[in-house]
Amino acid sequence: MSPKIDVAFKLNGVDVRTTVSPGMSALEMLRDELHLTGTKYGCGEGECGACTINVDGLSANACLMFAADCHGREIVTIEGLVSDPRTEALKKSFVAYGAVQCGFCTPGFVMQARNLLEKVRSPTPEQIRRGIEGNLCRCTGYKKIVEAISEAAAASS
Amino acid sequence: MSPQPATTGRPAVAPEEGVAAIETYAAPRSLAEAVALLRTGEATILAGGTDLMPQSKTGRARFQRMLMNVRHVPELRGIRGTQDCVRFGALTTITELLDSALVKNRFNALWQAADHFASEQLRNAATIGGNICNASPAGDTLVPLLVFDARVELTSEVNGAAARRTLPLAEFFVGPGRTQRRATELLTAVEVPLPPDGFFSEFYKFGTRPALDISAIAIGFGAVRDGQRLRQVRVAFGAVAPTPIRAAKTEAALASQPLPAAIEPALAAAAADIHPISDIRASAWYRRELVRNVLRRMLNNVTQN
Ligand SMILES: Cc1cc2nc3c(=O)[nH]c(=O)nc-3n(C[C@H](O)[C@H](O)[C@H](O)COP(=O)(O)OP(=O)(O)OC[C@H]3O[C@@H](n4cnc5c(N)ncnc54)[C@H](O)[C@@H]3O)c2cc1C
Ligand code: FES
Ligand code: FES
Repeated sequence: MSPKIDVAFKLNGVDVRTTVSPGMSALEMLRDELHLTGTKYGCGEGECGACTINVDGLSANACLMFAADCHGREIVTIEGLVSDPRTEALKKSFVAYGAVQCGFCTPGFVMQARNLLEKVRSPTPEQIRRGIEGNLCRCTGYKKIVEAISEAAAASS
Repeated sequence: MSPQPATTGRPAVAPEEGVAAIETYAAPRSLAEAVALLRTGEATILAGGTDLMPQSKTGRARFQRMLMNVRHVPELRGIRGTQDCVRFGALTTITELLDSALVKNRFNALWQAADHFASEQLRNAATIGGNICNASPAGDTLVPLLVFDARVELTSEVNGAAARRTLPLAEFFVGPGRTQRRATELLTAVEVPLPPDGFFSEFYKFGTRPALDISAIAIGFGAVRDGQRLRQVRVAFGAVAPTPIRAAKTEAALASQPLPAAIEPALAAAAADIHPISDIRASAWYRRELVRNVLRRMLNNVTQN
């Protein structure tokens, strides 16, 4: 019998409690238990970055994290950034530059780009490419994504 | 992509030995508590989870009755330098290695391995202790740690008290995914002696793309330079044998005569040091070619600088 594990943590600024099983990933918990589906399931094995979330101020792949390991931590997902100015600037520039096609990778890219801009206000294209090395896009070819992040950096700095 | 080479011979486990085997979960708050929980050797240790989670999903991880998350054990954290040695707590992340001035200044090859590791999301979660205990022949920190003569510290509970033993990392690995760690032991730290003055080191990893790639081969190299003579030469290879290895024959060849004369004998010696296999990442032939060509390039650079 799989034991039930109680976890309590801060999710997008709000205290939440839930029950998870030992093998459950943070991604499964977020999507299936807490119904926050902005964080995407792409590969499920750390390769694509569609599941990028922020844990205690650092970006992480939700698909690689054990749900039980969320206990006591501060987690931010794309849903938690609706009124974040930097995220707003990124969303606008992703649309303006056509950096979104099917859109499946977009929440992950926005999370990771925001994480980069928090550390480096005006990144060079090289720094941007390095910053998003853990995120895959099957549609855009990246050029527009890099441009959109540059533009958002200029707009929000 | 799997964090283990495909041909390590670690078979899928029966479903009831996978995550279904877990009966309890524990998150100890101290080292004493953690080693007490390990007393019967029936706990699977969870650090960053970046190996354990994919292995659990693909049915390659065999789980014990308890899943023990060691994140909250403070004794496993931090990078601390003493007079002659640096102690990396098992939970030190790859990002923490990358951000450490001490690592950058004194352990360049380790810093380079951290720099080439996966992606930022992975580096923030992956720990040095997990990289060591996963014991992949392609584990990236293992190659530089071998160059720096690292020792692992293992702690268990003996007669109600924490007891430590240390052993050289070079003796710790026994095969792909297999180590000398006993089931009752926690890897608590890796200790690395400060290299001698003037010691320089380099790490080179070859994969098919810069990010998120498991090494097809990796080379670590370090020495003290004395004109064109190399002293205290240390060479280690990853992904060319069942475990990461120190290359004794290559080291001897490089120490026996000055550069550049030492290069060709060293390349011949390296071919004898390695025992590569073919897997999804590269054929054995290709790995041999890579080792020869990459090592030659590294040694040419040393000769010219
Ligand atoms: C997409 C992807 C890319 C990757 N890229 C790389 C790469 O470029 N280079 C590379 O080397 N690796 C890579 N890896 C593999 C992995 O990220 C590393 O091996 C990492 O260092 C494992 O650390 P962890 O803390 O996540 O380990 P965990 O998954 O928590 O544990 C790994 C193993 O070690 C055991 N363990 C952990 N800590 C201890 C301890 N203190 N004492 C005893 N046992 C312990 C666990 O029980 C488990 O068997 C990659 C993995 C993925 C999914
Ligand atoms: S779903 Fe997590 S990295 Fe692809
Ligand atoms: S827009 Fe389709 S994957 Fe990126």
